[in-house]
Amino acid sequence: MFAYIIRRVLYAVPILIGVNLLTFLLFFVVNSPDDMAVSQLGEKYVTPEAIAAWKTKNGYDKPLFLNASNTGLESLTDTIFFTKSVKLFAFDFGRSESGRDITSDVSTRMWPSLAVALPTFIIGIWVNICVALLVVMFHATRLDRWAVFLFVSLMSISYLFYIIGGQYLVAKTWKLVPISGFHADGQAWKFLILPVLVGVVAGIGSGARWYRTLFLEEANQDYVRTARAKGASEISILFRHILPNALIPILTGVVVLIPSLFMGGLLIESFFGIPGLGSYMLDAIKSQDFAIVRSMVFIGSILYIFGLILTDISYTWADPRVRLS
Amino acid sequence: MKPILLWSDTLVFLLVITLVLFFYRLRHDPQTRERWSQVFSTRLGMVTFTVILTYVGIALLDSLHFRKALDTPAAATGDTGAAAQEVFYNNKVSSVLDVLLGGMGERFERTYSAPFALLSFEKKNMKDEQGRAVRDFPPLEHAGQHLADPADKWPDVLARSGTALLWGILLSALWLAPQWLLLRHSPHPWHASWAVQAVVLCLGVWAVSISRYYHILGTDLGGADVLYQSLKGVRTGVLLGTLSTLIMLPIAVTLGVMAGYFKGWVDDLVQYLYTTLSSIPGILLIAASVLLFQVYIDLNPDFFSIGMEKADARFIALCFILGVTSWSTLCRLIRAETLKISQLEYVQAAHAFGVSHTRILGRHILPNVVHIIMITFVLDFSALVLAEAVLSYIGVGIDPSMGSWGNMINGARSELSRQPPVWWTLTGAFFFMFALVLAANLFSDLVRDAFDPRSGRRRSET
Amino acid sequence: MNFELPSSLGAARIYLAAFALLAPGLLAGCGEPPWNNPHPPAVDEALTYQSVMTPAPPKHLDPAVSYASDEALFIMQIYEPPMGYHFLKRPYELLPTALQDFPQVSYLDEQGAEVAAADPAIAFTRYTLHLREDLHYQPHPAFALDEAGAPRYLFDSAAAGAQFRQIPDFPETGDRAVRANDYAYAIKRLADPDNASPMLGFMSQYIVGMKAFSEELAQVPRNGDWLDLGEYDMQGLSVLDERTLSITIMGRYPQFVYWLAMPFFSPIAPEVDRFYHNPGFAQRNLTLDWWPVGSGPFMMVKNDPNSEIVLQRNPNYRADFFPGQGAPGDREAGFLEDAGKPIPFIDRAVFRLEKEVLPLWTKFLQGYYDRSGEVHGNTNGVFDQAFVVGPDGVEVSGELSEHNITMSPDVKPGIYYYGFNMRDPLVGGYTEDKRKLRQALQIAFNTEEYLNIFYKGNGIAAHNLIPPGISGHIEGEQGINPYVYDWVDGEPRRKSIEYARELLAQAGYPNGRDARTGEPLKIFIDVQSQAIGNTSMNWIDRQFSQIGVQVEFRPADWSRTREKLLTGNTQIFSHGWLADYPDPENFLFLLYGPESPLECQCDGSNNSNFKHEEYDTLFRQVRVLPPGAERDALVARMVDIYRREAVWLYAFYPRDIYLNNSWVYNTKRHGISKATLKYIRIDDAQRQSMRVLWNQPVTWPLYAIVIVLLALVWPGVLAYRRRQNATARNHQE
Repeated sequence: MFAYIIRRVLYAVPILIGVNLLTFLLFFVVNSPDDMAVSQLGEKYVTPEAIAAWKTKNGYDKPLFLNASNTGLESLTDTIFFTKSVKLFAFDFGRSESGRDITSDVSTRMWPSLAVALPTFIIGIWVNICVALLVVMFHATRLDRWAVFLFVSLMSISYLFYIIGGQYLVAKTWKLVPISGFHADGQAWKFLILPVLVGVVAGIGSGARWYRTLFLEEANQDYVRTARAKGASEISILFRHILPNALIPILTGVVVLIPSLFMGGLLIESFFGIPGLGSYMLDAIKSQDFAIVRSMVFIGSILYIFGLILTDISYTWADPRVRLS
Repeated sequence: MKPILLWSDTLVFLLVITLVLFFYRLRHDPQTRERWSQVFSTRLGMVTFTVILTYVGIALLDSLHFRKALDTPAAATGDTGAAAQEVFYNNKVSSVLDVLLGGMGERFERTYSAPFALLSFEKKNMKDEQGRAVRDFPPLEHAGQHLADPADKWPDVLARSGTALLWGILLSALWLAPQWLLLRHSPHPWHASWAVQAVVLCLGVWAVSISRYYHILGTDLGGADVLYQSLKGVRTGVLLGTLSTLIMLPIAVTLGVMAGYFKGWVDDLVQYLYTTLSSIPGILLIAASVLLFQVYIDLNPDFFSIGMEKADARFIALCFILGVTSWSTLCRLIRAETLKISQLEYVQAAHAFGVSHTRILGRHILPNVVHIIMITFVLDFSALVLAEAVLSYIGVGIDPSMGSWGNMINGARSELSRQPPVWWTLTGAFFFMFALVLAANLFSDLVRDAFDPRSGRRRSET
Repeated sequence: MNFELPSSLGAARIYLAAFALLAPGLLAGCGEPPWNNPHPPAVDEALTYQSVMTPAPPKHLDPAVSYASDEALFIMQIYEPPMGYHFLKRPYELLPTALQDFPQVSYLDEQGAEVAAADPAIAFTRYTLHLREDLHYQPHPAFALDEAGAPRYLFDSAAAGAQFRQIPDFPETGDRAVRANDYAYAIKRLADPDNASPMLGFMSQYIVGMKAFSEELAQVPRNGDWLDLGEYDMQGLSVLDERTLSITIMGRYPQFVYWLAMPFFSPIAPEVDRFYHNPGFAQRNLTLDWWPVGSGPFMMVKNDPNSEIVLQRNPNYRADFFPGQGAPGDREAGFLEDAGKPIPFIDRAVFRLEKEVLPLWTKFLQGYYDRSGEVHGNTNGVFDQAFVVGPDGVEVSGELSEHNITMSPDVKPGIYYYGFNMRDPLVGGYTEDKRKLRQALQIAFNTEEYLNIFYKGNGIAAHNLIPPGISGHIEGEQGINPYVYDWVDGEPRRKSIEYARELLAQAGYPNGRDARTGEPLKIFIDVQSQAIGNTSMNWIDRQFSQIGVQVEFRPADWSRTREKLLTGNTQIFSHGWLADYPDPENFLFLLYGPESPLECQCDGSNNSNFKHEEYDTLFRQVRVLPPGAERDALVARMVDIYRREAVWLYAFYPRDIYLNNSWVYNTKRHGISKATLKYIRIDDAQRQSMRVLWNQPVTWPLYAIVIVLLALVWPGVLAYRRRQNATARNHQE
């Protein structure tokens, strides 16, 4: 088990290198250091000297991959790629183009992201399972068909409409909660109600449908038929037989998502003004802040790989028949 | 008139031809026949398929582009030489759909107006009969011009709707009669499809005829008809949903099959490739690539003679990028399936007999992964249409000069906070988008049930 | 088998009943309305002004580096440059703020001997500045001293100061009086190439010795350590005593005194600069760029770029009073009610980050923000339906009129325009037919209508390149552009489309077609992709199609657009200019030949590449003349050249409308200075009561949802019962 995890972690290294190289190439073609300097220096009186000074100050005056003016190892390390990309492996994210320290920004912004994503995630799962169980109880009736139709309809509405509608009704018209904002103090829950609500409602369609299929798959198993033949009531069949057995696929489907919670919701965060990593990422895209995007790609990839490993581990934990080798 | 074939037009017609050929080839395969017949044996399948076909039809009509010729100027006709004979074309690209809509997109107002309104939504400084300056809501230029009294509006709308409905029914009868003759003994519930077709035809006739006199969904900030814009969004949505999958298909299938069949280092390499790609947060990859392509367009302005081509190039690029980001899922599925198939006895036997790799791949492997491609194609469609709106919000979506629901939603968000709110742009985009995605989702459920009863565990991503 | 049923369903019933009982209790548990207050509960009695920063936090707060209005919003509250503007008077009036009086101006010849103002031998101008006696810095750890009188917080290593992450973390603070040397130090910082100040290139044309100073510093090795700029001398700078300073500039440049009102000339204490160069401070964002230290009315106590910036009253601020006089109409508008009172009125100002305009608006309407914006009114495009700028003023509708919201219109001294590239082979050039072509295009573009639709009237079509409020701008019949407008019935009227067609035909394009080849006339407009939407592009396209001209837009981002402008690779481009100071020279130089990027091979401002012998000669004269009739006459001639040559496709003066809630007073906008926060007064009692009144939550949807859920459960229960029985029967069979 331990050896397996070590091996998986080692396997992640070439992937991260690939990710790094790819983003580096992509963003350097988009944004030459000169462009970055121009967008950071503002609009008036941008002289070539100022651009050169900015590049020197931020370390963009070096060659991309190979520094011919140096010898030996220096020719590889004294390059933009080494100083900007390779250092990420040491979790040294450096400074954003506007001069902020990225590591400290990421560590403070992580918490608001979690504060929104975690409740959405947990309440979402709970609501989806409840709704799905309820629907499964009425399997093969008209109620079931309409419920499935409702789920598919909910799935077919763009996420943007949920957010716009939620803000318009709950916050603007009914004045029940603040329309946006966030405070990291005792009042934080006030700001979380609406984003969490929107997140949960928007997820019901696909979530409940998925759980319904899971439960139905279990409901068609022999042991369920046996239980029913024994005379167990529908409710006890659901809770004593189907739910525990469906937990394995639920668990493994859910675990893979856990690491991604740190990244938060891009849309939710920016619409509700939550200073998390999602809005950080969006701002970085909009202002073409290469340093932040690169760091976020790196963090995102690590979390993704971490999620895959977690899923494998949770398989063995939930289902003793699976062995990792 | 000068026909214009944009890149996306070429691709979409190619796609249609491929699909038609594909089904033609498969018509004798009993298993596939049976599966499709299962999809179409339900009324739901018929209805949703007809709705999707309607959207596709609109998209195809909107893909037949041309540029109108400009009148030969009077001054130049007298001149000698070849130059005078040369015909010049408008830089605006029109499509067959524009023609069919009877100039719906050419009736501009000054600015906002509500659905079926006769007056503009905003006041303007005007002169009354006595020449005094007044400030009031000006009458619209293309709505209710024929009315003597504004109070007659609703009776007039009703009367015209009645006429339009009659024409619609007539047209539907003409349109459906041959179908009825051909298919009346078919075991499939064709009547459901006919009902939808009739409704669509009636609605179409109604919309075209009423829009000559009113703006059915109002007008937007720049005074353009919202219904027209929503209809123009159809092509973008449909093409994005199909072309993205189409573009990634060859790569995903080739790599997936190769990885599953040859195993070894090929498998390692392919797995490495798709793990790397899928571990990058998709949105960042898309943003970077779209910006990258934008830079390319900016640096090569001479490459595109008219603005439409530029927007189209960006659109293709977006399709490609979306394809690349969703490529890994399909590749992974195909790899797994290929692995499974190549373990089967008859494939092993073929190996033993020394059948060449290409033959095994062509005869045994490829036909058996087709259903996975089919399911992915249908499943991804609705997700891609929805993704477009989000990408437009982030600012890396469709070129703003190209009509799309995402751009409409993005522009209309702030209109809701006006007083009174401007709700019709959002509504228009919502319903057109919702109908397509709903139909696609329901249809994809049926397809999945028919082709792969065990695939319930695959969670559809939003 | 039915025995199990009642018990489990009974449990469900109990839950439901409990929920029905609890729901109102939960609602009550939320506390007193309003529930939607986005602000944290008040921590003290301090009178807090609640405002926004939008759409992004400031990037730089170092006065030597910052050159953006959203940054000036903070810098100008914290720092106090030598000069400032009168809050109320219009046209803008320059005032000494940190100085006892206006700077003493003396003229020097080559040898440094003083000469008369009219002497042609003038080679230098010397400005002597006498500081006020009561200038004092805010409390700050950089000024804290230990027992021995040495700076308290100077560390040898990064580890020694690692426990301090923010400025409020430092337990001890100190302060001191502002000295003349601090102003000199600030000017030296402008010249320091390490700071990459945007002013370096521009100012070194004027201040004597600045360039040499900069070059000298570039040779000094630093390694990130602090360099005491006081050890180096700049020729044009001399500190005469504790409170007197003189600055010598080359030649004559009367506008220099305006620059003294810009944040670049704010005092910087050398010990503050040294403090921020402590090892490891920059890694924790402890820099002058993030934590400004000044002598102005406010000081920064919190800087969280992700959520808010908090300013607090500087306890050491000098004696300052509300002005006793204003512009005509100010007394009636209530702007003089506080005349003579000590300022500032508010104790604290909180600027919360709002990226989206929609929530900002909702919160403003709910009374949680005092004003709709600080740097932008945020009224364009979002709330325009609620008020419309008509000819008779502003019309308010709906909720706004019930809220007694007041408005502060603000015509910024700036101009937005679409310029022709005068070097372009198609639209550029100085021949008669090219002029006619450009004029035809000008007439076809209905600026007034464009502003009405896309700016809701928040903009004034420009007849002149000098905006209102600045000498050289003329209103009325004398002020119209006669090439595009006629004066009819006491107002300017755009010439007809027919006339534009005629001009176009005379220019060789009858009906928009080349008279020789028949080719349609196609023009290319370079726009910034973020700045223009599809609807306005379509609208512009329709305007030109009236005269048969085809338009192609080439959207690109700012870096790309800038590149095109620098290389002259454009035909028609969009651009804007906001004045640094209220003088016509600051606008006329937008067309000064040597300012063309292609001429100077620099980031010049003459992006039209306009080159006109007469205009350039006149500009050189205007630049050195003092304000007066002679200068005005020359300016008028330059404006006429601009109109005759039709250099810009269209132009307008941006106007912004700021909305204020009824409890905010002294809200008059100053087009140039941002140092106006100290004048703001708030009626807190009114604010509290209005917030409660406006934010009564609507609770019926909550009850409705509960009822709907219950209503759904009941048929469900029935259906379940039926099903259970059916199952039972089936099993019995």
